[in-house]
Amino acid sequence: MNHEAPMWEDAFGIPWLDFNLSNLLMMFVASLIVFILGVAATRNMQRAPKGFQNFMEWLIDFIKGIIGSNMDWRTGRLFLPLGLTLFAYIFVSNMLGVVTNGVVGHDLWWKSPTADPGITLTLAVMVVVLTHYYGVKLRGGKEYRKGFVRPLPFLLPFKILEEFSNTLTLGLRLYGNIYAGEILITLLVGIASSSVLGFLGATIPMVAWMGFSTFIGFIQAFIFVMLTMVYMSHKVSEDH
Amino acid sequence: MQGITSNLSLGASGFALGDMMVQLAFFIILLVLLKKFAWGPLMTMMKDREDYIANEIETAEKSREEAAMQQREAAEELKKTRADAQSIIEDARKIASQQERDIVESARNEAERIKVSARQEIEQERDKAVQVLKDQVASMSVMIASKVIEKELSEKDQQELINQYINEAGEER
Repeated sequence: MNHEAPMWEDAFGIPWLDFNLSNLLMMFVASLIVFILGVAATRNMQRAPKGFQNFMEWLIDFIKGIIGSNMDWRTGRLFLPLGLTLFAYIFVSNMLGVVTNGVVGHDLWWKSPTADPGITLTLAVMVVVLTHYYGVKLRGGKEYRKGFVRPLPFLLPFKILEEFSNTLTLGLRLYGNIYAGEILITLLVGIASSSVLGFLGATIPMVAWMGFSTFIGFIQAFIFVMLTMVYMSHKVSEDH
Repeated sequence: MQGITSNLSLGASGFALGDMMVQLAFFIILLVLLKKFAWGPLMTMMKDREDYIANEIETAEKSREEAAMQQREAAEELKKTRADAQSIIEDARKIASQQERDIVESARNEAERIKVSARQEIEQERDKAVQVLKDQVASMSVMIASKVIEKELSEKDQQELINQYINEAGEER
């Protein structure tokens, strides 16, 4: 029952370069699923939308709503593909771990890629770096620097600290939620597979928890995109 | 408790720098691909539909206005036509009554004329009859007188005598 990660340490003989092969696999699977869904939904597009196209358009409107609640649409339009991709990727990643966890030997191969802090923090860092990039690009370096001493100059250290805490909380919130969900699912599976009584006892909590995890997966993807847009609007909007 | 604690190490690997780089690369590739193949076409389509709907609404609005205008025109036309018909009927009625009066007038004149000529004819006939009667009576009375009186009397004297009688008789009447 002791699940290890299938690590490939010191890859290519480089001492600091480690790969978690399970993460690589799951990142690839999640990306592939999102890509296939996205392409499948947009083949055969019609002006009067049908079926899957309807769902995708609902998704676009949903992300539009998130962006629209944070900044005006003229600048927000720029971030629609980012928001959509983030949401789809994170949601699919979360779901991958809810549906099933796959263990080969003692190595855990199939899980949510978002149940790894490194990956969620990578996404978070990417988002925060993007906010700074767009902050400079859309408002100019001077306005961007001024943003750190607004409304009062002595807030500068807090503002700088905020950038790091934002990154950390954004990444770790997602990781924590999904990881906790996976642990509980693993425990329930462990109980269910230990004995007949355990199976009977664990079935109902298992179903309930999987439902809840699905909900959590959706909510966390939503929160991630929402906070991305909040941070983005702090940097690119004029009224902050 | 042993099982739970061992499970808590579930796939935990610490930070693997390779993962992070791969994740970043994957995400950027996914973003670019999706933008090109999914979001782009989808958003183009949605924009297209928006334009289409706006266009349709505009067209509908225009045709509705047009229809209303045409209806107004038709109503006006109808009203005009009705007035025209009314005036035509009115004219016809006027003309008819005029004609009626003319016809009656001319009939009356004609009748009057016929009456006058009839009267003249009657007069003539009567004069003629009187003349004939006079002649006959004259000759008859001559004959009678010559037979009865046997008195030689010239026809001229006789005629004079008869005329006198007849005139007397006419006055007596």
